[in-house]
Amino acid sequence: MTDTLLKVENLKTWLGDGEHPVRAVDGVDLEIRRGETFALLGESGCGKSMTALSIMRLLPPAGRIVGGEVLLGGTSLLDLPEYRMREARGGRMSMIFQEPMTSLNPVLTIGRQIGEAVRVHEGEIGQPLAKRVLELLKAVGIPDPERRMNEYPHQLSGGMKQRIMIAMALAGKPDLLIADEPTTALDVTIQAQVLALLKELQRDTGMAILLITHDLGVVAEVADRVAVMYAGQIIELAECERFFGHARHPYSQKLFQSLPDAGKRASQLSVIAGSVPDLDQPFSACRFIDRCEHAFADCQTAPGWTELGPGQGVRCYLAGKPEFRVSMTPVKAVQAPAMGGEGLSPLLNVDQLKVHFPIHKGVFRRTVGHVKAVDGVSLSIFAGRTVALVGESGCGKTTVGKGILQLIRPTAGRVQFDGDELTRLRGAALRSRRADLQIIFQDPMASMNPRMLVGDIVEEGMKAQRIGGNALQRRERVRELLEQVGLPGDAVSRYPHEFSGGQRQRICVARALAVDPRLIVCDEPTSALDVSVQAQILNLLKQLQNSHGLAYLFITHNISVVAYLADEVAVMYLGRIVERGEVNRLLAEPRHPYTQALLSAVPVADPASKREVIRLQGDMPSPAHPPSGCHFHPRCPVAMPVCRERYPAVTRLSDGREVSCFKVEQEG
Amino acid sequence: MTGGLVILWTDGLIFLLLLFTVVFGVYASRREHLRGPWRLVVRSRVGVSTLVVLAFYVIVGLLDSIHFHPLAPSQEAGVESVRSGEVISLFDHLVTPLRERHEKTYSAPLATHLYAKETIELADGSVLRDYPRLQFGGAHLEDPHGDWAGDVLKLGLIGLSKGLLVTLVVGNILLALLAGRWRMGFGDAARAVLWGRTIVPWRVALVTLGVLLILVMVSIELSTGYHLLGTDKVGEDVFYQALKSIRTGLLIGTLTTLVMLPAAILLGIMAGYFRGWVDDLIQYTYTTLNSIPGVLLIAAAILMLQIYMSNHADDFNSLVERADLRLLFLCIILGVTSWTGLCRLLRGEAMKLREVDYVQAAEAFGVGHFQIILRHILPNVLHIVLITVVLDFSGLVLAEAVLSYVNIGVDPTMNSWGNMINSARLEMAREPVVWWSLLASMLFMFTLVLSANLFSDVVRDAFDPRLRNSR
Repeated sequence: MTDTLLKVENLKTWLGDGEHPVRAVDGVDLEIRRGETFALLGESGCGKSMTALSIMRLLPPAGRIVGGEVLLGGTSLLDLPEYRMREARGGRMSMIFQEPMTSLNPVLTIGRQIGEAVRVHEGEIGQPLAKRVLELLKAVGIPDPERRMNEYPHQLSGGMKQRIMIAMALAGKPDLLIADEPTTALDVTIQAQVLALLKELQRDTGMAILLITHDLGVVAEVADRVAVMYAGQIIELAECERFFGHARHPYSQKLFQSLPDAGKRASQLSVIAGSVPDLDQPFSACRFIDRCEHAFADCQTAPGWTELGPGQGVRCYLAGKPEFRVSMTPVKAVQAPAMGGEGLSPLLNVDQLKVHFPIHKGVFRRTVGHVKAVDGVSLSIFAGRTVALVGESGCGKTTVGKGILQLIRPTAGRVQFDGDELTRLRGAALRSRRADLQIIFQDPMASMNPRMLVGDIVEEGMKAQRIGGNALQRRERVRELLEQVGLPGDAVSRYPHEFSGGQRQRICVARALAVDPRLIVCDEPTSALDVSVQAQILNLLKQLQNSHGLAYLFITHNISVVAYLADEVAVMYLGRIVERGEVNRLLAEPRHPYTQALLSAVPVADPASKREVIRLQGDMPSPAHPPSGCHFHPRCPVAMPVCRERYPAVTRLSDGREVSCFKVEQEG
Repeated sequence: MTGGLVILWTDGLIFLLLLFTVVFGVYASRREHLRGPWRLVVRSRVGVSTLVVLAFYVIVGLLDSIHFHPLAPSQEAGVESVRSGEVISLFDHLVTPLRERHEKTYSAPLATHLYAKETIELADGSVLRDYPRLQFGGAHLEDPHGDWAGDVLKLGLIGLSKGLLVTLVVGNILLALLAGRWRMGFGDAARAVLWGRTIVPWRVALVTLGVLLILVMVSIELSTGYHLLGTDKVGEDVFYQALKSIRTGLLIGTLTTLVMLPAAILLGIMAGYFRGWVDDLIQYTYTTLNSIPGVLLIAAAILMLQIYMSNHADDFNSLVERADLRLLFLCIILGVTSWTGLCRLLRGEAMKLREVDYVQAAEAFGVGHFQIILRHILPNVLHIVLITVVLDFSGLVLAEAVLSYVNIGVDPTMNSWGNMINSARLEMAREPVVWWSLLASMLFMFTLVLSANLFSDVVRDAFDPRLRNSR
């Protein structure tokens, strides 16, 4: 084909030498056409980033390419000498990375950094250079580019920095842009902006994009073709529409089934048993064999590539059989949660919670202002129910969780738990009350002391609360708890780092359960995990809620998790709750303009659903200087004059929802 | 042999430190996160070879730290011996010949004659001005000028063969032990070690040990007949002085750390963990302390102690005790001036750790502050403490030399490399130059500091989590 831009053949990249090199990329074939968006999809550790780095020849010192060919428009990249390769990098192909925060030099202005990229590739200096930089900044949609040129990276927000990175990547007018998880570190509304920008640029310049991601939603949003990677190999390749309708490989099908959404509320999510095999061994069998429910005798020899049509193929024996389809595994119907009756008083009642952090300045550390991280949040949770707190990063949702647990002392407001006023409790009284409220953190590795054995970690809470009888009984209980969360009994005498991410999160859940809590604050417990592992944890949480009658305050930015798990949703913006209501009604018909924009920006793993994305302008303002009036009015598409003047009061709608918006107030 | 043990202050502390190290070793061997890095240390070639050298220094230092009153032959009939008033150490006892064979004044290394001309009265009554024969060095030679070279060579060769023999014996014992541990034949174990196929580089350890043993044996042989490194102004053996200085150097390097550690760890972690006024108080304390020049503080403290000691001369039973107290005081004052660096490091680390999720989780369980510090913060800053201690060691050994040179270090009667260098100042100015005091102290100090530095590099590489990932 003449329009093939990049052709990768049988690429093999190994990491480390010695007797057991890690075969990070083990025979990858790719073909990217001009002007298309090609998505490389896979879970962490499957080798997708290594593939991209091999193409750019930017491997870490331990890595080396042991075989294969990379052809960019006819030139073999792997044979180029380094000085020629340097021209190709940034010239004909360029790359943007996941972390825009660490990819920019903090001591140089934006203009200098983009200018450098331009100078290297176009040799321009002086006036034309500045003009070109300005042009690039405009192209990536930076408002007021003349001023921004002379600013430093720290003065820009995360989304802006990623735009700058894209501008730098565009400086050499590349044919191919490799985007390695370009939006993973960004919020949904910003992610929507960046994805739209990439699409626009592609339309204008006709470059091809190799998009590396783990997010099925992002793939559905922007990709033309998809390749699924698993354990160093591509196992499925298809057109985007076909892939989302009819994934052929059992692994891809499982991935779809493990995605949480509202439709699966009543059932458990299907999970992929086991974990990705270690890549430091040669494989003779199919790499997926241990986790596949449909494995049969043939799978003991590795399956070859089965071409199913032009640009479509699967690495599986079952693919040849057209009628084959992994049946939705019969899942245990989850019994209806034990409802805390509406008439009863709520387990937790938060009233006008405020957490302000003072800003100190000067030699005498005078307080010159406050960061109003949480500014008057009210919510209530009944026993056995889940309330989701949704919002973008920096909106104060984590602070709400910690404020409730009294890990951060609230500045004002009341937190009533089962009749006790937590904010007034001090010392021993508070300490003994702590057993009832527990927390699960986002990063399971950081939330366990690496110097302690798992047994000691789980036991710590019991010891501190003086429950669970003597040492022997406590040990027994620890074993029980670990079994309950699906871990082997010998986990007790091992260290946290010996477990995988999902298992670590299970340990954290077991630790929280050890003290028989009644409310658990889950602070993004699945956002650091892969989709299939996320499903395991969500199932576990749901099952525990049913058996123990736990209440959850679920802090997240992932709307599909909310739809699957929550009973009630509260949407936060800049320290305040803007909309609160029952989950189905709120997600189906959001009333607050911010909720509407947020929900529309969430990528859906279904390319057929062409919804209207409401693009918000700009970024969330700093909580140190919130805008006057309604906090949302500078970005609101339907703002009215009154919004600038005062903050809207809470409007209670007929379906029990509470919204803070003048527009909704008017409509009644 | 002994007339009652004497436990000096520093002796007590050094054995306390030893006990502490052993207890920590047992504790660490049960904890993977502590055992792992140490395993890396003993798997590094530089690590084991410096460990062997350091072990030699430590053994000499420990032997020199067991003090007692020796028994002196009694004048009275019926009583065999009485307790002597002087205090010597086990090491002194082992090298009694070195200690007791005093010459009149300077003599060069391995010399047979004094370094200064004297008027000698001959048997026939005539007077000759010449270099007189030494009392001990080369006294067994009939014709010093003719026999000297052959005798030195012979003694050297005897020492060499003895050293090889001892190495062979020790090496075989080691191999047998290893074979037993690995459950394989002696031959297989020997082959594995000699071909360097073991995980722990035993071959390197054996070679280092062999070289050391040969050096020791040669030195022993040569010092039976000669003064290996010459004698000083009052005719004392310089080799003996250099060996005695090992204890002083080690003490300064380790006891200072022992003195400063509790303060640095406690205050550093408290400042970082509690923040607020506790932090302010501790921070102001150490910034104030830090802004007083260290040498000034040390000089003031040592001078005050000197005045105290001359006013209360009766309180000290022996010269050794007096010198010991001064050494201890020096350690303390060096500790007081040097804890701020570690404290500052720990404050920062504790500040970072208190925000970590697992500390927050512990707080959510209602775990008390003390328990959190003990269980979550302390174990996670221990690597910093260890790295600092090992890195500081060599600096402190050198600091002693500098301080003694400017006369505010250890007691002048105490053997120390600093005092040797200090006396060398005059010796270097004299004609012909007396160079062996300086050379001896430099040689011993250099070996110790170099091994300590190399060892600390290995330790830091093994314990620093940031470096661990890059390998």
